[in-house]
Amino acid sequence: MNIHEYQAKALFEKFGVPVPKGAPATATAEFVTALSNLPEGPTMVKSQIHAGGRGKGTFTDGFKGGVKFCKTKAEARDMAGRMLGNTLITAQTGPAGRKVGTVYFTVASEIKKEYYLAILLDRESSRPVIVASTEGGVEIEKVAHETPEKIFKVRIDPAYGLADYQVRDLVTRLGFNPAEAKNAGRLIRSLYAFYWATDAAMVEINPLITTPTGDVLALDAKVSFDDNALFRHPEIVALRDLNEEDPKEIEASRHALSYIALDGAIACLVNGAGLAMSTMDIIKHFGGSPANFLDVGGGASKEQVIAAFKIILGDANVRGIFVNIFGGIMDCNVIATGIVEAVKEVGLKLPLVVRLEGNNVAAGKRTLAESGLTIVSGDSMADAAQKIVKLVAA
Amino acid sequence: MAILVSPETKILVQGITGDFGGRHARLSLDYGTQVVAGVTPGKGGQFFEHGPHRVPIFNSVADAAQATGATVSAIFVPPPFAADAILEGVDAGLALAIAITEGIPVKDMIRVKRAMQGRPTRLIGPNCPGVVTPGAGKDSFGGCRIGIAPGYIHKRGHVGVVSRSGTLTYEAVYQLTVKNIGQSTCVGIGGDPVNGTSHLDVIRMFNDDPDTHAMILIGEIGGTAEVEAARWIKANVRKPVAGFIAGATAPAGRRMGHAGAIVGGSEDTAAAKIAVFQECGIEVAVTPSDMADALIRAAQAKGVQLS
Repeated sequence: MNIHEYQAKALFEKFGVPVPKGAPATATAEFVTALSNLPEGPTMVKSQIHAGGRGKGTFTDGFKGGVKFCKTKAEARDMAGRMLGNTLITAQTGPAGRKVGTVYFTVASEIKKEYYLAILLDRESSRPVIVASTEGGVEIEKVAHETPEKIFKVRIDPAYGLADYQVRDLVTRLGFNPAEAKNAGRLIRSLYAFYWATDAAMVEINPLITTPTGDVLALDAKVSFDDNALFRHPEIVALRDLNEEDPKEIEASRHALSYIALDGAIACLVNGAGLAMSTMDIIKHFGGSPANFLDVGGGASKEQVIAAFKIILGDANVRGIFVNIFGGIMDCNVIATGIVEAVKEVGLKLPLVVRLEGNNVAAGKRTLAESGLTIVSGDSMADAAQKIVKLVAA
Repeated sequence: MAILVSPETKILVQGITGDFGGRHARLSLDYGTQVVAGVTPGKGGQFFEHGPHRVPIFNSVADAAQATGATVSAIFVPPPFAADAILEGVDAGLALAIAITEGIPVKDMIRVKRAMQGRPTRLIGPNCPGVVTPGAGKDSFGGCRIGIAPGYIHKRGHVGVVSRSGTLTYEAVYQLTVKNIGQSTCVGIGGDPVNGTSHLDVIRMFNDDPDTHAMILIGEIGGTAEVEAARWIKANVRKPVAGFIAGATAPAGRRMGHAGAIVGGSEDTAAAKIAVFQECGIEVAVTPSDMADALIRAAQAKGVQLS
């Protein structure tokens, strides 16, 4: 689960990670009150969406820049007015962009130098790792690629937590002066405490800055949480912003379906994540394009199949449907019955290819054949994929 | 004679009185697997009954193991309690714990993995379909089925299958079985970022197992475990190996930040992993329908009989 920058920074403050003073607003009427919390002078206005590249983004009305430096509060108010309710397109949002529902005002800090700091899981060692760099405010992949020697990693033993010597070593390698080093060390320890206590999946500060007075601040904050651990963090679940999520994905999660919208023409309904991923691959392999990833899970019910059908038919780009089920334990006839009922309920004007294999497959195939519906059946994944690609292209 | 488990292996089921654990305990009993004990705290002394089977339930893993001689546990405990259940199996000194549970918090698994360091117990999973060593009977009856895989699609034989994904494993197994090619053992290592046993761990076991003559290695995007396994295969394995990587069309950037790309490196895309497979002499299945055929090609090239 992702949260907004302003929410992440509020959590940071609770854990003692210093951030520039700021205040969010969700309506024009709130601008004055929000700004009254900040001192007069240079102010930043930041569009709050769950995507990077905001500063270089463009709004759909042509207004450029989702993050603005303003010399005065009055200017900040004007800029916020242009952003709020407008739709911002960045390199990470896709062409549809994201509607800005919240703007965030912060004090514009004076920057001495920018750094990069993140904490996440290191899959190789199965331990948390701090990733830091002297090159902040730029794309970290680029730094990793061009100057890997400027990236430092600290793996943390979960039995003991982050050790003092590791912090000392890291701030030394990052080249902080003694005053900064003390503040940076405190910030890193606080950030790790935050990461561990909240079951964060990833915490990223880019840039982390030093100021001319020796302060160390998180100028930006990107935080995502482990979905599997949300059951023990109701205070974090409360921060979820449904406006940032695809309505089809929200509907899918209500039916315990795993769905990710893509931009192709062939909708997929599959059981199992690996099979669902490779169903997308095989469509592409035969020249088609998948409209979604959809995993109905290992024990799908008739109701879930019906819900899944409604979700994929709600996508206007869909021109054909590919159902690929390997029913190991799952009864193929349950799936077949679900398909037939779903089609009768929602109607079907698109080509549908079904590949069923496994438990009680003969009964499932009979149910489909006797339904009177125009369902094309495929013998193998490859056969079925070729059939749906051909039907959609026709 | 297969890896990890054999038809003689005695298993216990943690969470046997739950819906999920109970259903699969019954299916394992029907398959002829030696399910000798169940564990549900507070229900010790009761029995899990299924047809002619009467499986005693114990309050703890240690009690169950001591009373029945079970050496392997299948864990179906719900996610909030699953890490604790794994540690209980480790402390009881089991040889193998297989965690089927999906949705265990990553932090819990980081802790479990650290706590298991230096301990003799091997963990498979979590979030995995389990392990099957097929039996010699009809539809491979009499085998050892631990987890949620359909037993009947297997056939006893000499191909080892290792995968992160359940249904993709079944797909591979089924393709082999309909071509009359049997399996030695099929291992689902699970799809979570922190797991107990890696592709490479299983590949090493298959390589050492005289009963395994060839292998299928099924992977996905993310992490570098498949790459690590492929490099080891290139240096050490003479048996034919076929591979498949799922996720060539998976969307990038679903993860919010960028730091994952650094730690993961540039080798965690499907294209990169497939390139490494090819470079390491693994016969790559071009589609998931091609997995058994890819293995047949690999075996023919090395003059190895598969069935």
